[in-house]
Amino acid sequence: MSPNIASFLRLADDELVLGWRNSEWTGIAPFLEEDVAFSSIAQTEIGHARAWYELAAKELGTDADALAFDREPDEYLCAPLVEMRLVDEWARTIARHWLYETADRIRIQVLLNSQDREVADLAEKIDREETYHRMHAEMWAERLREEPRFCEAVDELWPYALGVLTEEQRPLLCQAVDRSDVEAIERGGHTDNLSPLWEEMTMVRRSVPGASW
Amino acid sequence: MGAARGVSGCSVIWEVFRQEREGQPFQHGGSLEAPNIAFAEAYAREFYGRRGESFALWIVPREAVDEVREPYVADVFDRDYRRVDGYSLKVKLKEARELAAKNASR
Repeated sequence: MSPNIASFLRLADDELVLGWRNSEWTGIAPFLEEDVAFSSIAQTEIGHARAWYELAAKELGTDADALAFDREPDEYLCAPLVEMRLVDEWARTIARHWLYETADRIRIQVLLNSQDREVADLAEKIDREETYHRMHAEMWAERLREEPRFCEAVDELWPYALGVLTEEQRPLLCQAVDRSDVEAIERGGHTDNLSPLWEEMTMVRRSVPGASW
Repeated sequence: MGAARGVSGCSVIWEVFRQEREGQPFQHGGSLEAPNIAFAEAYAREFYGRRGESFALWIVPREAVDEVREPYVADVFDRDYRRVDGYSLKVKLKEARELAAKNASR
């Protein structure tokens, strides 16, 4: 796999899996307004996943759906951070959301300067929506700043958040959230959370293999 | 709805007005519940802005809106000329058109 394709798939898998996890709050978020906002964020993450899958699919001669749903769980390149099922713990969900969006910004910043026009254009489009995600994440982080459950969750998830980025991007994340570097929980391995998520996520598609939906 | 599902802290109702195009009057879009202006702004953007349906938004705490009930002055005298429906534009328009047609054919 070319380094380009692998990097698109890392992004796409992160966005798809996180979008899926965030969507688990639909209907049960702490209050109605937040339910709508967080569901919408989940939906745009999945939209971004589709866009990155399409770029990869063009080079691999396949399509976005096949990449999203026809691979085995251990073929996914997502970071362990996005896999965790946090659906009954809002403070942890927000801690992840905030850490992920902050890390994602650093990654998108690099892509905005890509030599590849198509990649730079897509990054720009995605960044416009991510601006809203960041605003949402920041306002929640600010509100929960002194909430012990939020602080504990940020401590717990910090090594996972570092694992979203490449080694050379990590100092920027440390700076952005004012935390020191620790040993990252790297991409490549998966948590036990991925497999049940994959079962659910691909269930319908696997029920009729090869169908055109 | 927000209160029923337990918004933490004191929650405020915000009225949102939207301007569809630059220069147009703002019209009431709806209301939402949020703990502070940062949340209100984020939710208002989400509900009234993300599809490009608004040029600008006004977000106002409902408390800040002064509601006046029964604002009319009793209409006891025959003053229907004060009302828009006191005039029939139809007749005037018909006469004007006829006049214009007559002048044009001259």
